Amino acid sequence: MPIEVNGKSFETDEEGYLVNLAEWEPGIAEVMAKQDELELNDEHWEIINFLREYYDEYQIAPAVRVLTKAVGKKLGKDKGNSKYLYSLFPYGPGKQACRFAGLPKPTGCI
Amino acid sequence: MSVTKKFMYLNRRPPYGTIYAWESLEVVLIGAAFEQDVSLAFLDDGVYQIIKGQDTSGIDMKNFSPTYSALGDYEVTKLYVERESLEERGLTVDDLMPLTWEDEAEDWAEKDSIQLISRAELAKLMDEQDVLFSF
Repeated sequence: MPIEVNGKSFETDEEGYLVNLAEWEPGIAEVMAKQDELELNDEHWEIINFLREYYDEYQIAPAVRVLTKAVGKKLGKDKGNSKYLYSLFPYGPGKQACRFAGLPKPTGCI
Repeated sequence: MSVTKKFMYLNRRPPYGTIYAWESLEVVLIGAAFEQDVSLAFLDDGVYQIIKGQDTSGIDMKNFSPTYSALGDYEVTKLYVERESLEERGLTVDDLMPLTWEDEAEDWAEKDSIQLISRAELAKLMDEQDVLFSF
């Protein structure tokens, strides 16, 4: 189902993940968040940007426990825990944040 | 309580041309969630999977070699490379990507994941596994 952002249409798969990662722009995350009844703040963006950097480096979307550990290492223990990450992304920091970031569904999330 | 089993993934084919190498890596990353004792072995043309400087721009396939560097994050820290397979192809360990993992217990000390072993040693290791996957 395509998603409409600023008058442009972007293709997504049946679970709502962006099909072409290269098309991503921040507005896509905003629209996806609105559909999930979330308002993105700086804390959300910190994780979304972290995920995009992770994908750039490793070519995969990390599983949630890998994300949690990596966030803890980079941004500190107070952020690298599931309670914090779930407070930002109630549908699961792996799945929901990856979707907002334009990444595929995490590898190793079961 | 579940019992930890020894899982070894054998990688014997070149990275591109077939889907085996990428499929193997995906299975390893997904399987890592089950917290088993996992190791990977690279032998025969499989050693090319972790060679440095891969460039797939001419063959229209995704270069997934950076993903091997994520194995450490997934707590997959034992990558065995068969020495004879390297030698037969005129390669040394310096031709391979420097794959490492970080030990949280030692303040994230960086450690080598790659261990060079002989064909005989690999045969012995294979014998000790509970489960072998051959790709």
